[in-house]
Amino acid sequence: MAKILMKGNEAIAESAVRAGGLLYFGYPITPQSEIAEYLAHRMPEVGGVFLQIESEVAVANVLYGAAGAGARVWTSSSSPGISLMMEGVSYIAASELPCVIVNIVRCGPGLGGILPSQGDYFQAVKGGGHGDYRCLVLAPCSVQEAVDLMPLAFDRADRYRNPVIVIGDGMIGQMMEPVEFREHSFPPLPPKDWATTGCQGRKPNVINSLYLDPVEEEKLNFKLAAKYEQMKRNEVRFEEYRTDRDLDCLLVAYGTTARVCKTAIQRLDEEQIRVGLLRPITLFPFPEQQIYELAQRAQFVLSVEMSTGQMVEDVRLAVGRTRPVYFYGRAGGMVPSPEEVAAAVKKYRSGGEK
Amino acid sequence: MKVIFKRPESLSSTPTHYCPGCTHGIIHRLIAEVIDELGLRERTVGIAPVGCSVLAFNYFNFDFQQAAHGRAPAVATGIKRARPDLIVFTYQGDGDLASIGMSEIVHAANRGEKFTVVFINNAIYGMTGGQMAPTTMPGQVTTTSPRGRDVKDVGYPIRMCELLSSLRTPAFIERVAVHNPKQVINAHRVLKQAFSYQRDNICFTFVEFLSTCPTNWGMSPIQATKWLEENMLPYYPVKNFKLPEIGEASNAG
Repeated sequence: MAKILMKGNEAIAESAVRAGGLLYFGYPITPQSEIAEYLAHRMPEVGGVFLQIESEVAVANVLYGAAGAGARVWTSSSSPGISLMMEGVSYIAASELPCVIVNIVRCGPGLGGILPSQGDYFQAVKGGGHGDYRCLVLAPCSVQEAVDLMPLAFDRADRYRNPVIVIGDGMIGQMMEPVEFREHSFPPLPPKDWATTGCQGRKPNVINSLYLDPVEEEKLNFKLAAKYEQMKRNEVRFEEYRTDRDLDCLLVAYGTTARVCKTAIQRLDEEQIRVGLLRPITLFPFPEQQIYELAQRAQFVLSVEMSTGQMVEDVRLAVGRTRPVYFYGRAGGMVPSPEEVAAAVKKYRSGGEK
Repeated sequence: MKVIFKRPESLSSTPTHYCPGCTHGIIHRLIAEVIDELGLRERTVGIAPVGCSVLAFNYFNFDFQQAAHGRAPAVATGIKRARPDLIVFTYQGDGDLASIGMSEIVHAANRGEKFTVVFINNAIYGMTGGQMAPTTMPGQVTTTSPRGRDVKDVGYPIRMCELLSSLRTPAFIERVAVHNPKQVINAHRVLKQAFSYQRDNICFTFVEFLSTCPTNWGMSPIQATKWLEENMLPYYPVKNFKLPEIGEASNAG
């Protein structure tokens, strides 16, 4: 199939439809409203459901109901809206229901602004809502990758019976790039025999997260923890760039920031400064082993983010005390330039702050 | 021997945890009877709220989902939009529906979602230990209104049937009571009407049950029944507020 030029938000929506994500519930918020607008006309064409809901609080609970009834269901929002969904996402994770949530992150905290940010890293990878749970988190760095990750997101949500977050930023959502919708095939999924679809011919199914007996609640907690360990073993995804050599510096960056880092690496090459990049594609599970191993071939590690320092905590956990780990970030909707990243590399190469 | 009385198939054999004199048990049974009579058990999904009836999923013999506090109408929307062939009802108390879930119930009603809401109004928060509800009567003493509900400070109790029937979208909205056999028989008829409308994909259906809470009202069950008659019935009239055939809001206030 030929490539077509599409805006990130619309490409994400189309990819979800093609992946069978035929029930979408959402609430408008910049910079991702094009997803809902696209689906408002697209869903009726494919026999799907598009419904605008009264709030993001309600949206997450509509997802809970629909997922519990066995549907492949999803939503999209941006940071303040995702905060409102956290109640429902906690219930979804606790009740082991599958759904996909796209977060086109904008700067914050509070109402913040509408420009790109990576300030929702903590919320996405450390649980986000109340209680002891994790979401699988996928972070595309291009419109094409966002398109390719949507089918994977739906498959893994069903396979693990867990919410999957696709985290982009305003840049990924708003920019236009050529994309191709490829066929994706996955192994067969187990039947959703736990869903509430009417109890004809079987005992009633109950979707529930209430366990007043601490023995039962702990059992659930350990069961969920075992699932997250399974994700850590099987789902880590990352890209390496220019790491096939000894390095002065290992950059760790995801999403839009990783693209900036690649340009910085090319410029630094011209100055014989050897820099490689590890780009996490899954933020949870985090590619900690790969970062550790690459760090051993570098003098130091630099985490580059559109935040004041969030992922860097996980980079430090991965690297431990084996190498110095530094941070460079822009925030508030400011996107770091390749020159700024190169300057940060040179600063720490010469020993950091003087 | 001829069986003249038995547990409806839609009701499980699990003993309930409800207090003596509580009306949840009667209302559970009415729902089960109606679902049996309409032959809907095998395609029904109930939604349990947060509150005294959070464990309702243990007491019915069909599929159930448990919802976050106040969000049952959102959960029901998800189920019904995913599977319009299923029969879906929410079971919600007054704190759940009229306070924390006010947004969800109003918008589900306004969209005309084709599920049934069973709304239990006992004028108090039960499970958390007797705090003031949005439906608590003026002057009524609760643990958070120890000098009685002061309407100058916190406003008047919210009448949900009246409020929802002001919406333009067609709906079936009726208030019933279960404090004596005559009212129970009427409630059965109304509930069956609501589920029939849903079965026939007609409209949003809402049945409010005036209920007693002897434990948190600090009364015997008999005193509680009398208190309901004297205090709640005049303020919360038992009657139909809206029929789907009437397009404009009848809004009998």
